[in-house]
Formats: sequence, C-alpha cells, structure tokens
Amino acid sequence: MTTALALELFLSAILFGGGIFALVGSYGLLRLPRPMQRLHAPTKATTIGVGAALLVSALDMLGQGQISWQEGLITLFLLLTAPISALFMAKTLILRGEADPNLPDTGTGKPWATLGQERPDP
Amino acid sequence: MKRLFPHPYLTLTLIVLWFLLVNQWKVGSLVMAIILGTVIPLLTSAWWPDRPRVKRPFSLAAYSLLVMWDVIVANFQVARIVLFTPRDKIQSNWVTVPLDLHSPEAISLLAGTITMTPGTLTADMSACGRALLVHSLHAPDPDAVRDDIKARYESRLKRIFE
Repeated sequence: MTTALALELFLSAILFGGGIFALVGSYGLLRLPRPMQRLHAPTKATTIGVGAALLVSALDMLGQGQISWQEGLITLFLLLTAPISALFMAKTLILRGEADPNLPDTGTGKPWATLGQERPDP
Repeated sequence: MKRLFPHPYLTLTLIVLWFLLVNQWKVGSLVMAIILGTVIPLLTSAWWPDRPRVKRPFSLAAYSLLVMWDVIVANFQVARIVLFTPRDKIQSNWVTVPLDLHSPEAISLLAGTITMTPGTLTADMSACGRALLVHSLHAPDPDAVRDDIKARYESRLKRIFE
C-alpha cells in the first residue's frame, strides 16, 4: 500500500512539473512581443509538458501490470510533426514580411528558399 | 521484389508501428499491417527515390538520448528567459548555419533537432540546400549558437549518416 502511494506521489510530482512547463509555454505566447519569438512557445509545451504527461501515463499503466506502447508512439509522432508545423509557420511569417527584419545572408550565393524565385513543379 | 517493396525498412517499421498502435496480437492486425506496409511505401516512393542509409544505427540511439537530455536542460533555460528576462532585454537573433551534411535525411533530422531543442527554431533553408536559417530566442552571440549546433549535432549526424 505504501509503495503504491509513493508511486502515485512520484507520478503526481512529474505531472505537476510538466504542467508548470506547459503553463510557462502558454504564458510565453502571451508575453513575448514579436511573432517569431512567440513561435518558440509551442515547441516548449510539446516537449516537456506533453512528455511528462505521456511518461506518467505509461508508468501508471506499468504500475498496473500492463505495458502500453501508445505513449511512445504519441511521442514519436509529436517529434515528427511539431518541427514541420513550426517550419511552415516560420516560412509563412517570412513570406508575409512579419518575421524579424534583417535576415542574414545565406553565405551560399543563393537566396533563402522562401524568398527565392518560384520554381515550376517538376 | 524490389518493385513491390521499394523500401523494406519502411515496410518493417510500418508493420511494427501498426502492432504498437493496436496494442494486441491478432491475425487480423497482421493482415492490416502487411497491407499498410505494402501500400504506403508504394504510394510514397515518388518522394523517396533513394533508400536512406544509416551507417551507425547505435550512434543514432545515443544521439536521441543526447537530444532528449538537451531538450530538458534547454526547457529550463527558456522558462527562465520567458519568466524573468525583461521584454526589451530579450535579444532574438537570426543565425545562418552553413551545412556540411549532404544526405537529405540527415539534414531534416538536424532541422528537427534544432526546432525541438527549445530556444532555437529552424525557419528556412537556402534555395540550394547548403545552409539553414535558424531563429534563436535569446542569443547575444549568434556565432556561438551556430558553432554549438555544428559541434554538438551536425558532427554527430555526419558520423551517423555519412
């Protein structure tokens, strides 16, 4: 009984910590002044906030004697999709001229892909 | 065989993924897994002309552990910036990261790593694919960010893929 209680306290602590990070991520969305800076907030909430919730869910199932793989899959899919949505939001901001000005030079002699000449579909 | 299964590893991954998704062993799931594992690689093969090569799969596992650790550490740093740095003191900067990597898989993995480690974000790529545009939330010294990305992530990915 005491071990079950200890496990629950431990899991609650992780969940609480993850919740704080998710909260900080959302607060950052409110507090940061420029669009490119606000884009940083969602990457935070998904990594630690969601990560903690998933870890606790998997450990809780394990405590009940069941192995649950779905949490691992959610983590994998999040890691695969989050950077792509962030990239597309950033590209949209650059194209609309709402990103921070003074883009640096590519250093390769070619422009950044978003601002380059449109290519016809191959 | 090669025309039916252009990407055997992708087929295998899809079958395993499907079983993890349904979370139980049934013959019906195996049939479904094999159907998906055959159809999806065929439908998407136009975007995968070459088979991705991973030279050191075990280093890739070590790399994911390193990234996971960095994500945790960087989360604390960014939380501190968001909560305690005055708004006008946050020095956001663009960073150009010239690439030594050539494999498209390695480059997308590097771009994903940069975005998932809080504080930096991949925003664009040069039209020729030889440089990444990275936005850093708080970087008084953009050159240090570039050197850090190249030393910590790119060099490891180069060993794994090339």
